[in-house]
Amino acid sequence: MPPPLSWIVAIAQFLYNFIVGDDWSVAAAVGIGLILTAVLNVNHIVAWWLIPVIVVLMLGISLRRASQKVR
Amino acid sequence: MTGLWAVLLTTFLASAVEAIEMVTIVVGVGATRGWRSTLIGAASGFGVLAVVVAIGGVALSYIPIGPLRLGIGALLLVFGLQWFRKGIMRVAARGLAGIGGTDPQGDEAELWKGPGMDWTAWFLAFKGVVLEGLEVAIIVVSFGLGAGHLGGAVIGGVGAIVVVGGIGLALHRTVRRIPRSLLQLIVGVLLTTFGTFWALEGLGVEWPGADAAILGLLILYGATALVYITLERNRALGLRPAA
Repeated sequence: MPPPLSWIVAIAQFLYNFIVGDDWSVAAAVGIGLILTAVLNVNHIVAWWLIPVIVVLMLGISLRRASQKVR
Repeated sequence: MTGLWAVLLTTFLASAVEAIEMVTIVVGVGATRGWRSTLIGAASGFGVLAVVVAIGGVALSYIPIGPLRLGIGALLLVFGLQWFRKGIMRVAARGLAGIGGTDPQGDEAELWKGPGMDWTAWFLAFKGVVLEGLEVAIIVVSFGLGAGHLGGAVIGGVGAIVVVGGIGLALHRTVRRIPRSLLQLIVGVLLTTFGTFWALEGLGVEWPGADAAILGLLILYGATALVYITLERNRALGLRPAA
């Protein structure tokens, strides 16, 4: 792969590993949660609780999945 | 026109609230990953802020903070959740051990020992300083111009950053004594807390209690960590909850 392209790929890989890490489902859930929060907020529905709930639930799911992998 | 001392005191206190968040992130990242790259990242953030303030001037108060908060808050939330999860796993597996110990998993929270710059620490410190610093700048410029004492407002804002930063750096040795696995968990909880708060503020969501909601999020996520650590330990020991 020529240098300019390899640099772009390396930067993209760094950003993905840095931001998303080894469990993409947590990042995806947060993204979906933010979209839902925006939709609720636009419709004047109290929405501040949604992301904290998603954080707590996805942590549990991700931890369970990780411990099952170890076994 | 508001009195000079009132401007100084108001901008100092308002800026201190934002500076505490900034210093918490910088000290947490520095104690976890190492200080050199973190301080360079923080200094780079201040450099960017100085340029932004110099160029933007009065127009700074019109930069949309909402999209900025949403973007940086979402990034901080997703990244913070990584540390949060790994911190829970490590504390559950190894208790408070960590400093000087080997790490079987190895990840972003390791103290940086490689040559050159630790770009993860640099980026985290840079983000924290730029986001909170921009808020300080907006407070200082808008309040200073409104009161007719822009110079006094700048002194109040910079003074708050210097005082809070000095306190944070003086206490970092205490932070460094905390076992690394626990420190990773604490920083993960903090990043997730501020990420949650900023991302939703960026969406225009109103938090109950305004800035006091940060404390509520800290308590919720702290309690969540305790529950999951207990569950992970029981799972590792093969225990089942009583029927």
